[in-house]
Amino acid sequence: MKNRSLVSITDYSKQEILYLLDLARKFENNPVSNLLSGRVIASLFFEPSTRTRLSFESAVQRMGGGIIGFSDSNSSSVTKGETLRDTIRTVTNYSDLIVMRHPLEGSAKFASEVSTVPVVNAGDGANQHPTQTMLDLYSIYKTQGTLDGLEIALVGDLKYGRTVHSLLMAMAMFDTRFHFISHPKLQMPDEYKIYLKEKNIHFTESAEFNKKVDSADIIYMTRVQRERFSDPIEYEKTKDTYVLRSNMLQSTKPSMRILHPLPRVNEIHIEVDNDPRAYYFEQALNGVFARQAIIATILGVDHLVK
Amino acid sequence: MKNEHTLQVNAIENGTVIDHIPAQQLFKVIKILGLDKIENQITFGTNLSSDKLGKKAIIKITGKQFEETETNKIALIAPNAKLNIINDYIVTEKRVVKVPAQVVGLAKCVNPKCITNNEEITTKFTVFQTNGSISLKCHYCEKITDQDHLKIIVD
Repeated sequence: MKNRSLVSITDYSKQEILYLLDLARKFENNPVSNLLSGRVIASLFFEPSTRTRLSFESAVQRMGGGIIGFSDSNSSSVTKGETLRDTIRTVTNYSDLIVMRHPLEGSAKFASEVSTVPVVNAGDGANQHPTQTMLDLYSIYKTQGTLDGLEIALVGDLKYGRTVHSLLMAMAMFDTRFHFISHPKLQMPDEYKIYLKEKNIHFTESAEFNKKVDSADIIYMTRVQRERFSDPIEYEKTKDTYVLRSNMLQSTKPSMRILHPLPRVNEIHIEVDNDPRAYYFEQALNGVFARQAIIATILGVDHLVK
Repeated sequence: MKNEHTLQVNAIENGTVIDHIPAQQLFKVIKILGLDKIENQITFGTNLSSDKLGKKAIIKITGKQFEETETNKIALIAPNAKLNIINDYIVTEKRVVKVPAQVVGLAKCVNPKCITNNEEITTKFTVFQTNGSISLKCHYCEKITDQDHLKIIVD
């Protein structure tokens, strides 16, 4: 993994994912170090994403590394009309690793081909966001003790939600059973269902919450976005159909955990926040450890982690 | 019916005949093979009747033979095309086109938010064939461009 860019979670094998999860656990036990002393990480956010950016910057600074970059394209030379190609080539001269968020799909792959230093994709449009997947995997691993043979319910916008797609691709390596719960208009795209069928992986599909969630180990909630609906009335109806409330959790497993990539709107009722199964805020903290593990491994200092 | 074609487009002594091109794809085939930029004598016929294609086109290029990698590029828009290599008025080789596994710099990604549609980048696709139709998976944005949305880049 050393010096390799991370564009998509499928760039990593099952063994590599397990290695990184183990490393993330070490960072959780011992987050502060000087592993990246003297190293410079470029953090290029062509569109704002405060949560992801702060998590990356926190990960780098806890390892003693320096950060350069910008937090939205208004404060960079993009406003002067510079191409992505030129921006990346320039930044390559100043840094040891580039973390990049960009609104266009495929931009991370392209940057990784232009750059002479490794690129970590922090989200390219609706395409990939592998470090989010890694923190989701770490959250699942940490709360369930394993990734093997789990049952996961994915709820909300399964059509456009890139986090659920990447999570599905990753968890498909671990003999997972899936339940898809979504509005018929926001169903899991066929390409992913075909992928699961080819791998002989079990999944069910339904338009409403049902008893399927009772046996789930993880309920992964996502936000239904207004702009996905051309009819605002339909959006209003839909957004209230997929709201998780305390009474729906009564017969779920005590070991079950509720995950959400955040920010949430109303899809998890605030009464659920006090339920011991609510895990979405701790999940965000796991992002720092997962990103420490990824950056340390790419920069080849992972063997020094205690 | 077959004789009609030879009457409409004259036989050539040496060169290549490309037959069974869908009529509406003729000019794209000409562009892809760069036939508009060569000096060779070229004759073509279009809107000829065909049992398989409805209306087909045929191109005859005098004094030129093509590499397979070159002619396979037209498989995306003319998958049934057949090539006859002519020597001294006799067909010495028949060739079908094969859909390449990778397509570079030839097709446009259907996704308007793909980086390749927003910056000058050579497109790259992996080709899939399912139920006889071709679809292209973008190397960059990973979106699928199916045959109905396939746009060939010709300058």
